[in-house]
Amino acid sequence: MKIMRTIRLALKNIRSNKLRSALTMLGLIIGISSVIVLVGIGTGATTNITSEVASLGTDILTVSVNTDQGLTLDEVSELSELSGIKQAAPFANVSATVSKGASTGSMLSVLGVDGNYLDVRNYTLSAGREISFIDLDNQSKVCIIGADVSQDLFNNENPVDQTIKIGGDNYTVIGTLTEQGSSMGTNADSMVLMPVTTAQSLAGSGDIKSLYVQTENEDAVNFTQLATENYLKTTLDASSDEISVTTQQSMLDTMSSVQDTLILLLAGIASISLLVGGIGVMNVMLVSVTERTKEIGIRKSLGARKSNILVQFLIEALILCLLGGITGILLGLGVGSAAELLGYTFTYSLNIVGIAFGFAAVIGLVFGIFPAYRASCLNPIEALRMD
Amino acid sequence: MIEMKNVSKTYMIGDTEVKALDQIHFQIGKGEFVAIVGPSGSGKSTLMNMLGCLDVPDEGEYFLDGIDINNSSDNDLAQIRNTKIGFVFQNFNLLSKLNALENVEVPMMYKGVSAGESKRLASAYLERVGLQDRGKHTPKELSGGQQQRVAIARALSCEPQIILADEPTGALDQKTGREIICLLKELNAQGQTIILITHDNNIAQQANRQICIIDGQISEEPRL
Repeated sequence: MKIMRTIRLALKNIRSNKLRSALTMLGLIIGISSVIVLVGIGTGATTNITSEVASLGTDILTVSVNTDQGLTLDEVSELSELSGIKQAAPFANVSATVSKGASTGSMLSVLGVDGNYLDVRNYTLSAGREISFIDLDNQSKVCIIGADVSQDLFNNENPVDQTIKIGGDNYTVIGTLTEQGSSMGTNADSMVLMPVTTAQSLAGSGDIKSLYVQTENEDAVNFTQLATENYLKTTLDASSDEISVTTQQSMLDTMSSVQDTLILLLAGIASISLLVGGIGVMNVMLVSVTERTKEIGIRKSLGARKSNILVQFLIEALILCLLGGITGILLGLGVGSAAELLGYTFTYSLNIVGIAFGFAAVIGLVFGIFPAYRASCLNPIEALRMD
Repeated sequence: MIEMKNVSKTYMIGDTEVKALDQIHFQIGKGEFVAIVGPSGSGKSTLMNMLGCLDVPDEGEYFLDGIDINNSSDNDLAQIRNTKIGFVFQNFNLLSKLNALENVEVPMMYKGVSAGESKRLASAYLERVGLQDRGKHTPKELSGGQQQRVAIARALSCEPQIILADEPTGALDQKTGREIICLLKELNAQGQTIILITHDNNIAQQANRQICIIDGQISEEPRL
């Protein structure tokens, strides 16, 4: 018996029971589409973070100290002299109201940095100059503003050499950053950078508690990590708990393990919902076999073999599941695109679509085989006697 | 062509043994038109299931076209039903979702005839039973007589050795019933072997030979 005819026959039967077929598929549609959406948004979110971590460069160590007294600027430069370390970029985060002229202004993140910071973070200037040693020594009231801040305060004017108010004092804008986008939870575009010494006097504290350390050699990053830890422990008399020196690689590892767990979790939820959908398919196929006992009897009397009947019902279950699978995939991609419009990152790979499709097929086979087998085993004499 | 040798069949209904067929012994040759007559409960349904290879005997032997039915597998039996036997049932037993043409095609599909060829043959068989313009109609849109004609076309479609007609007029009015018997006679005249199962003596008289079954045994045969 030709497979195309069996498929056409199955489609005919599915069509003749539209509502029932649609309801049966609904379980699978919901299962498959939720897999696509959840995995898509989940991987989207983690890929975002992962690419941010990676964009920082794997030669960077992130240092934060949690002791009462942080590092002094002298100690930071002493640290940067250690072998294997290319440069250290301390930063101090304060918040302050930023305004221009008589406008009300808004609370922005103000970062005290030194001359190395832009280089370490790979930030570039669209206009003006970087923060110099003289600015640091003099605690100059100068600042570099992010692209969004520049747009908000100066519209399309050139902000360089203009004056803005930060926390009540006048600061001269010496440069603007090119657009950076959001990264690692901070958005450089809506930030104001100033000399770290100036920021310390603004915040009333002279300690450095966080810094980036760039290593000379990417391969020696673990050695540098140890050296940095040792330096911090002796200099600050700190315990291991009070300091943290993390490599980007270890953050990447953490991210990928988070991603793995997430996907495992989603796969778990998905298999449960697909299992439920599959049981629905089996249920409907069993009802269908009972309803069509007479048909099976007639077909057997006309010469259908067991295998003909088995294949007929199996293909019907398979098509039902594949139709549900395809609808589910399309719905999932649709919902994912809608979520993207709402600001979520939604990534889908052909892998996931393929796996979802394969899953639908497997469910069709696994849950279709029992009803199909029952149909094929019906005794033709008894089946013919049914009304 | 058909050889039944001392065939018996016993059923268990509850705790009681019911001997549906008891030492049935007969032969039917090629081109015959035989009626198997008997009241209801006589065992003629069991005999017809046996003749149609839907059931196998407990005792005795049944040869169809030289094939030993007792020693055939399920798949062999399916193939025998497909190619050697054409069933015509009392209540037509057409597939309600398929139109007349598709119904006639079903046995050919199981035989492995290609789609184009089976469509062509199905039209030809419908024409032979006088329904050439009803191919696209579903069973619901056809009268009882027309449905039975479709069933006969379907029975003919794999060129079977035997047409096995089980009370083919039972669900029809007298006039239509006569037409169906006429059609069967016509087919027999063209050389088709036909076995007619009925409880109605008037209809049985139409056949060339009668085999009478009472209480699972053959009571009189032959009676020309």
